[in-house]
Amino acid sequence: MTTEQESLAPPSPFHGNVRPILNEVMHAIDRLLETDEPTTIDLAGLPFGPGELEHLEAALGTGELSAKLDALGTSRIRETAYPGVWWLEHRNAFDEVVGRYLEITRTPEILSSQDADIIAGRARLEDQFE
Amino acid sequence: MKRTPTVGEVLRAKGVSRRGFLKYCATTASILALPPSMIPRIAEAIENARRPSVIWLSFQECTGCTESLTRSASPTVEGLIFDTISLDYHHTLQAAAGDQAEAARHAAMVENDGGYLVLVDGSIPTGNPGFSTIAGISNVDMLKETVAGAAAVVAIGSCAAFGGIPGANPNPTGAVSVMDLVTDKPVINVPGCPPIPTVMTAVLAHFLTFGAIPDLDKHGRPMTFFGTTIHDRCYRRPFYEQGKFANTFDDEGAKAGWCLYKLGCKGPTTYNACATAKWNSGTSFPIEAGHPCLGCSEPNFWDAGGFYEPLSTGNFDSGEKLAGAAVAGVALGAVAAAAGRRRQAKFTKEG
Ligand code: SF4
Ligand code: SF4
Repeated sequence: MTTEQESLAPPSPFHGNVRPILNEVMHAIDRLLETDEPTTIDLAGLPFGPGELEHLEAALGTGELSAKLDALGTSRIRETAYPGVWWLEHRNAFDEVVGRYLEITRTPEILSSQDADIIAGRARLEDQFE
Repeated sequence: MKRTPTVGEVLRAKGVSRRGFLKYCATTASILALPPSMIPRIAEAIENARRPSVIWLSFQECTGCTESLTRSASPTVEGLIFDTISLDYHHTLQAAAGDQAEAARHAAMVENDGGYLVLVDGSIPTGNPGFSTIAGISNVDMLKETVAGAAAVVAIGSCAAFGGIPGANPNPTGAVSVMDLVTDKPVINVPGCPPIPTVMTAVLAHFLTFGAIPDLDKHGRPMTFFGTTIHDRCYRRPFYEQGKFANTFDDEGAKAGWCLYKLGCKGPTTYNACATAKWNSGTSFPIEAGHPCLGCSEPNFWDAGGFYEPLSTGNFDSGEKLAGAAVAGVALGAVAAAAGRRRQAKFTKEG
């Protein structure tokens, strides 16, 4: 039984992608601290093997802050256990993942209120006085 | 030409916030394989782009390509079809039929003369024109008439790009590809059986963002997606290098997820983005599901030998020999883009 279970076990999640990404993240943290330059790593273009993305997510862990954005489907913006390293996941209206990124920055840009939205919101507020 | 609204105007009218728009641009950059630093430029271009008119012609096809596109997760299908392009004719998706549908096609051609895109799925029979007709018009005539005022033509799927399954031996209908018939317009080939949905949407997004067609390889395929082989980006590649192969679909090697070369994998000679773009909303791709690559995005893949025959049949008693055989298979392969070739040369030295 044990032998069969072992042979049927899913292949190891280590296909060589996790360590280089963690290393890249570490260098991006250095850049952020030294020159204030943010980095975005697009996780879509990487040849992850089965279970590898989950392994990366687990390795980065969960930090203090997470946010949910409702715009053209849901997005999750979560700080990892490493401050300044954010995990962003965009979903479409069908709740399918359309983008996954690591952002190494103080605050991901998408969390900030955008001028165009602030102006439109102010106009709506003004309408209340009419 | 009538004044069509910009994409920015359309999105704002629909109540899409700037944040939503930035999210849309980020996913567009991602499918175009552009660095995230390009997002502001993409945002500006898309904001001011006018929705291109698209006419989609379906000839000898199985509707698999339309199925693939309408199951696309990127950026959103409803976004792509209704917000960023104006799909003026698609006889599978549109409500109108017969004369009404043909009138819509003609109206789009006149209003957008010189600026519309024609998307084609399916091959075109050149034998008896009656083999395939739409509204009594033969496929050849409809293609020629429709592309006359087009800015560019996109051949969606291996049938439109290379003749595909209808064109396979003995090709009873005399099926040919779009580029066999259209020689005076840019033709972008997006092969695959079916093509990867994100690749189809990316070609449209590229046209929208840059107002131009992407860089193409010698088979007319966008380099961004067809610049490297499946084997170049395959997560099973370390097993190939170590000479660890599955010999049957249920042996220990297959269970351990080893390389599928001996089971007929065409990954080493196939240029496509499956290994990274993946299928079913990024779930996996055929090799990840345990099946060798069939080479579906290459010309004449259907007639290119058995799907379960190794690329190079030799004496596979050692991984070393096999690695050499695989390289020979690559060298003999019908296509080799420069990037892939460089990588293979390096690999040959190491192997
Ligand atoms: S031969 Fe096929 S399964 Fe093996 S590494 Fe290459 S693409 Fe992957
Ligand atoms: S893995 Fe190969 S056969 Fe399968 S869809 Fe991709 S290119 Fe086509």
